[in-house]
Amino acid sequence: MFDALTKSAARNIFYGGSLAFLLIFVSLTAQSHMYVVNNSTAKAPITDGVVLGKHVWEKNACINCHTILGEGAYYAPELGNVFVRYGGDKDPAGAREAIKTWMKAQPTRIEGRRQMPQFNLSDKELDGLVDFFAWVSKIDTQNWPPNVKG
Amino acid sequence: MKYESQKVALAYFIVALALFAVQVTVGLVAGYVYVAPNFLSELLPFNILRMLHTNSLIVWLLLGFFGAAYYLIPEESETEIHSVKLAYIQLAILVVGALGAVIGYVFRIHEGREFLEQPLWVKLGIVVGALIFLFNVSMTVLKGRKTAITNVLLLGLWGIAIFFLFSLYNPSNLSVDKMYWWYVVHLWVEGVWELVMAAILAFLMLKMTGVDREVIEKWLYAIVALSLFTGLLGTGHHYYWIGTPSYWQWIGSIFSSLEVLPFFAMVLFTFNMVWKRRREHPNNAALLWALGCAVLAFFGAGVWGFMHTLHGVNYYTHGTQVTAAHGHLAFFGAYVSLNLAVMTYAMPYLLGRQPYNQVLNMLSFWVMSSAMAFMTFTLTFAGVVQTHLQRVLGQLDFMQVQEQMTLFYVLRLGSGLVVVIGALMYLWSIFGPAKPELITREGAAPAE
Repeated sequence: MFDALTKSAARNIFYGGSLAFLLIFVSLTAQSHMYVVNNSTAKAPITDGVVLGKHVWEKNACINCHTILGEGAYYAPELGNVFVRYGGDKDPAGAREAIKTWMKAQPTRIEGRRQMPQFNLSDKELDGLVDFFAWVSKIDTQNWPPNVKG
Repeated sequence: MKYESQKVALAYFIVALALFAVQVTVGLVAGYVYVAPNFLSELLPFNILRMLHTNSLIVWLLLGFFGAAYYLIPEESETEIHSVKLAYIQLAILVVGALGAVIGYVFRIHEGREFLEQPLWVKLGIVVGALIFLFNVSMTVLKGRKTAITNVLLLGLWGIAIFFLFSLYNPSNLSVDKMYWWYVVHLWVEGVWELVMAAILAFLMLKMTGVDREVIEKWLYAIVALSLFTGLLGTGHHYYWIGTPSYWQWIGSIFSSLEVLPFFAMVLFTFNMVWKRRREHPNNAALLWALGCAVLAFFGAGVWGFMHTLHGVNYYTHGTQVTAAHGHLAFFGAYVSLNLAVMTYAMPYLLGRQPYNQVLNMLSFWVMSSAMAFMTFTLTFAGVVQTHLQRVLGQLDFMQVQEQMTLFYVLRLGSGLVVVIGALMYLWSIFGPAKPELITREGAAPAE
């Protein structure tokens, strides 16, 4: 069967097929883009705090230890649902304080325990970071992760 | 070496291999930190180590691709490189960018999206370097003979540059950010990089087996068709849990399962060509790396990818050590081995020698490959334990689960040490003094 296929036929199948699949893929991502903006992330607005928080998240390369929605390094806990894990869905103010206190208490310097650096964030930056976590926890992720442990 | 300008490749390969040494060394340190977490925790925390490990990997692989392109395009196009000077300028820009990034990372100067941590000026430098490269090789191909190998290689390299542009787009909506982040990450390694890989493998087969170009190029088109037909929509396996619609669970599961096919086709292709060879090429080490590349890519990218790609499985394994296991063997099998294969093939020509130190080189293949396989097994076991405790049972916290995985991390550290030894053996076989071969083979024709 493979012998019946000529090189030019193989080439045409490659170029034609790839272009078709690329177009399908791009159209589906365009539709998904609209879905993300209008549905799955529409529960909470992207405030200045959320924007600042995402910036703080990136500036300190948090993703090279933690994961967020399962993506990142696998050295430290998932943070997509950290706000819920701290009880933020029931007591937002309490979760906010707890996360900020945790951040300020690092590093623990406990021997044999993974260490998180002290990032010396301002109060505003810490609040932004929590705003960002709160926002992320409201994304419709098809019920991922399976449980609150992340 | 038939064309003087192929010599450019030598400089690219040397820089690439230097970064390879950095990559595995930092990897070993990071593996040690998993076992002894207080080590360097304030001087060079884990996030910086990982950035150095992944970024140096990506950059050296790309430099290897560029070098391979500069090496093979003159032979394929039957003409000198358009501008040797531009090729060296491009290398200089990329070296300054890479060094700037690496030194910057140590001093906490970086952006913060995974794998795209390079500061903006480095990203723009990469874009400029890539544009110079594409101009240079496209002009070379345009003035010379057009072959399927150069067509596919150029398409892959253009794709790399075009999809990299998405790294400049960073929206404030995390889900949208992630969607287009995968345009760089997935469409590179499970898309256009496979084009580069297949084209380089085809070139190596053409040179080393002497099988008809018509046959090899037909295989090449078939392989890359399978790559893109499965890989483009296969991106869907990253769109399960990031806020994207649920239909991706079906599209992603189906198409990414089929992503095994191009890698299997590469195994069939390389072994068939060697089986039907019309020539006994004296560079056995390069042939071993090329065959090993196809096999390890099939297992690392294909089988280990399939293992956790169905959405029902991925729901539990997503973002665990299972992913790390797959990532390590996929990169080593597909792209590290490919680069080491083409370097092993080209170095004797670039240095004007017969193939040399082949036994040591082949030994380094077996040492590195078995250590990487062992590392993959340990991380897989770790991932299974983690998935069960953290995701299925869900009673323990992340850190409590990690404590249950210590044994596997110790074993992984051991395998990492062996990988570094294997890498040093490879580097010695390439750059060390050429000694008479320990074992000689009957009937091998001299290199042409």
